[in-house]
Amino acid sequence: MTELKQTPLHGLHLSLGAKMVPFAGYDMPVQYPLGVMKEHLHTREKAGLFDVSHMGQVIVRGDTYEKAALGLESLIPVDVLGLGRDRQRYGFFTSEEGGIEDDLMLANREDHVFVVVNAACKEADIALMKSALEPAIRVTEISDRALLALQGPASEAVLASLDPEAALLGFMDVATLSLNGVEAWVSRSGYTGEDGYEISIPSDKAEEIARLLLEHPDVEPIGLGARDSLRLEAGLCLYGHDIDDGTTPVEASLNWAIQKVRRAGGGRAGGFPGADIILTQLTNGTLRKRIGLIPEGRAPMREGVVLFASEMATDPIGKITSGGFGPTVGGPVAMGYLTSDFAVEDSIIFGKLRGKRQPLKVVKLPFTPANFKR
Amino acid sequence: MKYTAEHEWLKEDGDAYVVGITEHATSQLGDLVFVELPEVGATVNKDDEIVVIESVKAASDILAPVDGEITEINEALVADPSLANSDALGDGWFFKIKPSDPSQLDGMMDEAGYKALIG
Repeated sequence: MTELKQTPLHGLHLSLGAKMVPFAGYDMPVQYPLGVMKEHLHTREKAGLFDVSHMGQVIVRGDTYEKAALGLESLIPVDVLGLGRDRQRYGFFTSEEGGIEDDLMLANREDHVFVVVNAACKEADIALMKSALEPAIRVTEISDRALLALQGPASEAVLASLDPEAALLGFMDVATLSLNGVEAWVSRSGYTGEDGYEISIPSDKAEEIARLLLEHPDVEPIGLGARDSLRLEAGLCLYGHDIDDGTTPVEASLNWAIQKVRRAGGGRAGGFPGADIILTQLTNGTLRKRIGLIPEGRAPMREGVVLFASEMATDPIGKITSGGFGPTVGGPVAMGYLTSDFAVEDSIIFGKLRGKRQPLKVVKLPFTPANFKR
Repeated sequence: MKYTAEHEWLKEDGDAYVVGITEHATSQLGDLVFVELPEVGATVNKDDEIVVIESVKAASDILAPVDGEITEINEALVADPSLANSDALGDGWFFKIKPSDPSQLDGMMDEAGYKALIG
């Protein structure tokens, strides 16, 4: 067994009484003494602090922003060049087959692109960028900074108490703030469907800033358990589960992330791996797509549950890729892929759970309304 | 009170036993969100999977601790599975079972034995 890596906040997690689990090669907090349910509800009601330092932070720098952006556009089917200064957007690396190699966040930081990628994929992503981009574009992993997420409706007041400029950021804006004198690269974004921030700070100051945020009466530490139920209710994909190299962005219902300029007829159409497949699917549709599902009963239906059109049908029409109990919804929720003919809102399909067929309703995502700062 | 290695407790109640799971078990499972109980009158065998519980994290089975007949189930727990977290040894009970072979209880642990098991 290989040694688990630790984030700069490992000691803090232990001192807060976290239950630690291995995740993407790191020893991470799955929950604190509050428990998954209360941590989830607290985040939606006030604010939660998450350690996401296991994720990869990468700076991609060319002679100009434009050169770095155009380089990344050869790997990513989104409009990186047109991203405004100090603005962020969602994207993904694609494969020649049109699959998703990883999903990520991209920010225009004037003279470079700041990229945040998934922990489990970061080595492959960095290797890909280093090999695929021309040598003049430098790809640097930022390994001396921690990443925190502060999420929930009280986040603005909490962060603005350390730097009032935090309140001035709109959804997906990025800025360099000063938190107790510490330089923080902050974006107004997150993975919970709530308003909030992701905060990159030097590793040696991470515990100090985290403790300062936790001192606020509205802030509780939140583990990976609630992070998963929050993102599921928000309808957000978990890489390796809801999306992977076997699912295309169009199958994953992520069309919104591919801007017009990269689509057929756009100014910089195609030019990314798998473009032929993805652009054709954008026009013609796909055989299956990702949808939301609400089990009609009380029993959660989790990843791997096979879906059928009726109680008797023998041929599967899809599979659940994420599922569980949604604390804010107050019942089970799931997402998965369905043959497009059956991906019809409000229709009833069946999942095989413990040998029995149980009904689920096909619904639009998300399950809880997004509460972003507009 | 008797305990099994499967983290169940049994408390005598007339000629039946009330069965639940221990605080140690519920704290390991996390917040319970779903409970499916057997039918009253069902005849079950020791180690049958007769209860399904789901926490925020995962699904688990609860096994019949002895051969016997289910004489009562806790409907309040079905309506509010969190009772097993908040009052594992009281309101969070699962079912009552009338053992057909009471000698099966002889090998079970007492509280000291169970505490030694969970360390």
